Amino acid sequence: METDFTPFASFGGGLVIGLGAVFLMLGLGRILGATGIMSGLVFADNKEEAAWRLAMVVGMVMAPGLIFGLTGTMPAVDVPVSPTMIVIGGVIVGFGASLGSGCTSGHGVCGLSRLSVRSLAAVPTFMVTAALTVFLIRHVFGG
Amino acid sequence: MKLVYALFTGLIFGIGIALSGMMNPAKVLNFFDVAGTWDPSLAFVMGGALVITFVGYRLVWRRNAPLFGDRFQVPTSTKIDGSLIGGSALFGIGWGIAGFCPGAALPALGTGRWEVVLFIVAVVVGFVLRRLLAKISRAGAAA
Repeated sequence: METDFTPFASFGGGLVIGLGAVFLMLGLGRILGATGIMSGLVFADNKEEAAWRLAMVVGMVMAPGLIFGLTGTMPAVDVPVSPTMIVIGGVIVGFGASLGSGCTSGHGVCGLSRLSVRSLAAVPTFMVTAALTVFLIRHVFGG
Repeated sequence: MKLVYALFTGLIFGIGIALSGMMNPAKVLNFFDVAGTWDPSLAFVMGGALVITFVGYRLVWRRNAPLFGDRFQVPTSTKIDGSLIGGSALFGIGWGIAGFCPGAALPALGTGRWEVVLFIVAVVVGFVLRRLLAKISRAGAAA
């Protein structure tokens, strides 16, 4: 399935993602990592820590509706894989991101900009394994 | 006030994710499919986000403390170990299978798509498995 090349929307979206991360640092002094936010909510070891994470997730979930309200178009979510693949991929994502202490937002956006050596190691690792996985599924096993 | 602020940062982040195309698995998988229907758009997302966080974080850190807290809490570890690399490698594999990552899936919940709910539940299962395995290996080490 082809998708349109959207450099301007993607760059602009990236700027806004960066703003969200900077505002979180300014207000709460925390890294914006989706894995940390989710696991902090799921396990809720500390109620106050869980509360700001829940508020953030509520804000995130409101975003597509706000965009729909302003533009009349819901952001595209085209899923070219089967439900089985979503479940298998999701479990591996959860296990891996938790073991590796971060994902695209925490290691990618926040870690790279801090020049964290752990993130500088993590990001190329997951970019390469993701590309290899897509290559194997699409071009070797012919999914 | 802190929670309203957290909700606001989540909303900004979510708007950025939606505009950028990150919540569209078809686009994510094409970003990794260099040998096939390659769509390099998402490189611009990371570029845009890093421009803002790289400068923005440094401006914010001129303050002594965040607006709603007594200190900035950024990870300080520099240890590159098997958990970091193995976890990141697994995260990439899962991302390449499902096409969603946690930071894209949380805002994507707001589109009401059942595939996103399925992915989030699977990620939580992955978190729980990782925690169980850590407990088992700790118990094994103690025995």
